[in-house]
Amino acid sequence: MARIEALTGDEVAAEAMRQINPDVVAAYPITPQTEIVQNFSQFVADGKVDTEMIRVESEHSAMSACVGAASAGARAMTATSANGLALMWEILYIAASYRLPIVMSVVNRALSGPINIHCDHSDSMGARDSGWIQIYSENCQEIYDNLIQAVKIGENKKLLLPVMVCFDGFIISHGTERVELLEDEVVRKFIGEFKPDYPLLDVDHPLTYGPLDLFDYYFEHKRQQIEAIDKAPDIIEQVGRDYGRISGRTYGLLEEFNLEKSDLVIIVTGSTAGTAKATILELKEQGIDVGILKIRVFRPFPYQQIKEALKGKVAVAVMDRSASFGALGGPIFTEVRSALYEEDKKPLVVNYIYGLGGRETTVEHIKKVAHDLLNIKKTGKVENLVNYLGVRE
Amino acid sequence: MPSLKELSKKEELISRGHRLCPGCGAGIIVRQVLLATDVPVVAGCATGCLEVATTIYPYTAWKIPWIHSAFENVAATISGVETAYRALKKKGKIDKDIRFIAFGGDGGTYDIGIQSLSGAIERGHRMLYICYDNEAYMNTGIQRSSASPMGCHTTTTPPGKAIPQGKSENRKDLTQIIAAHHIPYVAQACPAFHMDLIRKVQKALSVDGPSFINILSPCPRGWRYPANKTIEIAKLAVLTGFWPLYEVENGKYRITYKPRKRRPLREFLEAQGRFKHLLREENKQFLERLEREVEEREREIFAKAGEQI
Repeated sequence: MARIEALTGDEVAAEAMRQINPDVVAAYPITPQTEIVQNFSQFVADGKVDTEMIRVESEHSAMSACVGAASAGARAMTATSANGLALMWEILYIAASYRLPIVMSVVNRALSGPINIHCDHSDSMGARDSGWIQIYSENCQEIYDNLIQAVKIGENKKLLLPVMVCFDGFIISHGTERVELLEDEVVRKFIGEFKPDYPLLDVDHPLTYGPLDLFDYYFEHKRQQIEAIDKAPDIIEQVGRDYGRISGRTYGLLEEFNLEKSDLVIIVTGSTAGTAKATILELKEQGIDVGILKIRVFRPFPYQQIKEALKGKVAVAVMDRSASFGALGGPIFTEVRSALYEEDKKPLVVNYIYGLGGRETTVEHIKKVAHDLLNIKKTGKVENLVNYLGVRE
Repeated sequence: MPSLKELSKKEELISRGHRLCPGCGAGIIVRQVLLATDVPVVAGCATGCLEVATTIYPYTAWKIPWIHSAFENVAATISGVETAYRALKKKGKIDKDIRFIAFGGDGGTYDIGIQSLSGAIERGHRMLYICYDNEAYMNTGIQRSSASPMGCHTTTTPPGKAIPQGKSENRKDLTQIIAAHHIPYVAQACPAFHMDLIRKVQKALSVDGPSFINILSPCPRGWRYPANKTIEIAKLAVLTGFWPLYEVENGKYRITYKPRKRRPLREFLEAQGRFKHLLREENKQFLERLEREVEEREREIFAKAGEQI
């Protein structure tokens, strides 16, 4: 029997971690992730988990300790935000290239400077080339579901890759929502036991982890890593279906909302997908139909599925909660456009940078995007390729 | 404590054929450290000479499980391995008794890795951290570190007309910084005093908590001396008081080797090219400053052990 509780995003992340019961958690506090670490520490103090927790002196050491623990053969988890993720940067790449299925909550927060503690996606978007799988969560329920699936995805023997489960700082991390929780036993059975093939602690079969890899082999190793993450879409979808069987909630790479009803589409990720869905329902009453395509998995980028989903569409607005300085629009925009390049009949695509540093994104903003799309359809023209929502001019 | 003869029959855990320079102190140190172990050991390495020269893919010189992840984080990495060990042992997934050793050079320990090291030993992980201190960034080509002594030549502190002394600042006393963490065992060792070194490693591995040994690691390339002089120079470092051999066991200081007659520091300096400029008449004031500094530090350590130099 599922339990129903009212929990914040951070609380539900900690609750998922309690049920996953990892061998090692190494973490350092940072707003707005702190409550995950605090709640989990209480579980450790109360003996509700078997986890050995390392309260490290920095995020750099948090990720380093996770690399050590996962290489040793342990299931390792951590959580961070913004500058904490930035401090881990060097080790993110190492975790991925050593093929260590570490699972990390990234509570999305704007990167400094100037310092800001509120939500945008500049932190995780900056880490998009680090080799981690990235799953974005719209709400508290998805945080829970994604964390449990992340363990199973990352530890799949064809992948062995670390996974970031991202969710919006404060908006979701500190927002209380209704969440359905599975029984502990159901979760533990679903994720199974972590049995790595080459643990460092197998002293009878000594292994060298992390040797110097020069021009004669490095390239082949990178190629293997690229091919590994390319296998992730099928596995993520399989795990999403399996998870549906135990929870009633099935997940894919993308989520479609009202997509079939319209040739106009808003592409969005994270909590703003919820705002967009509510707006679309409101617009429907006024006789305006716009579809939503939510990107759940950003890495690997589901270009094939996006191409399919956008077949026959006329105009697409891509919403980016981060800026890529000097690039032609935000990171989701450039990748969506690139995915459409070979299509004979391409929709017109427009970019909206929104919500930087926690700037609120409201129903009115989404309505503006919808009306812009109607206008693009009418005129057949995109006036400004890159636009800003909710910024003072 | 096994005799040298017994030790010589032990299986070497680091193989020959690695690519450390001839006369490199680090290779000698690792060999001595591993000879001191008698339970399975897992080692970690910070980025540096030792790491790049012993694990050039697809080869490895290490016959024990070994991990390297980055430059500044070997302490944190090994703390993760040690924690995983405790977690898995608790669950009955591992039954063996295993010890953990982290190796870092002075760059990876005194400088970029000091935070990671301080954090790991404060947290109390049962691990031995070995710093092989060759007193500069040798792997990148002899740049100064905070372990470089005042007055030495490095490629980022070259003596010149405006700065005739080379490195202007005194070295950091890392062993004392680590001792201030009040961990069960801290020591300074030297490969020329191998039985002293091995005894210290055995003590360090036997304590139930973190331990640290700072080992002077002469470098023929960086210190500018012939490769066959490593042990001789290492010995001079101790005999001149430049590198006192001592240990701090549960807060108690003990001088583990007291030279019968302290030799002049000059003898240590003259044996190396990196201090050549310091021995010139016009740089006398800098030489004297270094002599004073070395003597003060040595006196301080001896006083803590209730002894006089």
